[in-house]
Amino acid sequence: MSFIIPVGLVMAVGIVSGGMLTIAAKYMSVKMDETAANILDALPGANCGACGYAGCEDYANALAKDEEHVIKTNLCTPGGSAVALEISNILGVDFEGASSKFAIMKCSGTRERTKYNMDYQGPPTCKANKLFFRGRGVCEKSCTGFGDCVAVCNYDAIKIINGIAAFNKDNCVGCGLCAKACPNQLIDIVPETTSVVVGCSSIDTGKVTRQNCAIGCIACKICEKNCPADAIHVFDNHAVIDYTKCTNCALCAQKCPRKVIHIIAKGYILSEDATAATAETLITEKTQEDAPAQ
Amino acid sequence: MEQMLIILLSAILVNNFVLVQFLGICSFLGVSKTMDSSLGMSYAVIFVMVLCTAVTYPIQVYLLEPLGIGYLQTIVFILVIAALVQLVEIAMKKYMQPLYKALGVYLPLITTNCAVLGVAILNIDESYTFTQSLVNSLGAGLGYMLAMVLFSGVRGRIEHNDYPAAFKGIPILLITASIFSLSFMGFSGVITGIFGK
Repeated sequence: MSFIIPVGLVMAVGIVSGGMLTIAAKYMSVKMDETAANILDALPGANCGACGYAGCEDYANALAKDEEHVIKTNLCTPGGSAVALEISNILGVDFEGASSKFAIMKCSGTRERTKYNMDYQGPPTCKANKLFFRGRGVCEKSCTGFGDCVAVCNYDAIKIINGIAAFNKDNCVGCGLCAKACPNQLIDIVPETTSVVVGCSSIDTGKVTRQNCAIGCIACKICEKNCPADAIHVFDNHAVIDYTKCTNCALCAQKCPRKVIHIIAKGYILSEDATAATAETLITEKTQEDAPAQ
Repeated sequence: MEQMLIILLSAILVNNFVLVQFLGICSFLGVSKTMDSSLGMSYAVIFVMVLCTAVTYPIQVYLLEPLGIGYLQTIVFILVIAALVQLVEIAMKKYMQPLYKALGVYLPLITTNCAVLGVAILNIDESYTFTQSLVNSLGAGLGYMLAMVLFSGVRGRIEHNDYPAAFKGIPILLITASIFSLSFMGFSGVITGIFGK
């Protein structure tokens, strides 16, 4: 009967520990705010920080604590309208509607159009390359193509194609992580309705840009003159569209002598009649089928 | 006092838990990605090591040995440590929110960490007194922190280097860790040299 003591002891230790844990869990449990828990369930859980809070839990807690409903319910861009509606229902506030957003690329410098000015062998990230003589492109504001944006993207929406970041609008949720990661600030987050994009951020003068890049904006201001809505202007030697004024008439894209203003077809799906420039720089996945199901 | 210093220093440098005794390698490789997380993990390990020693030592001396069942050491210790860490986590969540936020993520990871069990058992094997055991646990925790902090610093440096694709990820880490470990072997004999014992 010598086994009784050891077996009994282990059982006793187990029962005592279990009992203690049960009691502790019961009397020391911290009630999580039910509203916050519900909101957290509704949020996508990507922790991308697009809402301006440090992760989904932070946003949920902030919303739950906010009794006067000052914080907007539609800050979650990855979730879009569906999530905003759900949160509004949980909190009992009016649903304001959410406009989903997506990322655009403000450089069209593929390998045929522009060149590298060095054979860079350092750490293969855009940030490292940017520190090294302003990056490897002859144009200071060209895509270095190491894919810092690809590395931060949680939605598989970016690929480096032909030395330049290319976006898949179907996968993009507009969280803006890539825009923060790009050392050249080439990525912009724009409203869903956007259909005209200036594919250049060159700060060089027209003459230099013409030498450096086969497509870069030369700041000729033809777009500016033709725009009926006063929405496109040349800043820092490249055209910039004010999306609050833009009516998507696409007149600038037609008039642009360099063809650097691209038209994004509705739905952003590559079709045969899309312009070659649009096709190459803005759209990656030709086949929607092999995009992963969300 | 000198005895305590010897135990502390030898636990940190000569018998470094991670790099010389190869305990707790899992968390060493897993959590050392950034300096912040490795520090957080280290604080949690130090805390749990000392706490567990304080609890397991009496159990060994006053419960297992008088009953003549010292061979149950491992299983009882695992049980006690796991329950204790859980308990501490629950209590911390209730009463010490800031500390819970700092250590919270790492505490469950330690529940089954072999370094914690290792220090509890080694204290018994070395037949330390209770105070000596506590000092040894503290030293082991500090040694863990030293290894973690050094390694995360080096790791940040090698991560973005252009080494062959075959070494990407874990292989390069293991090679780095082995060189680290070799360098720590250089500490053997240091304590005898300093204290002349």
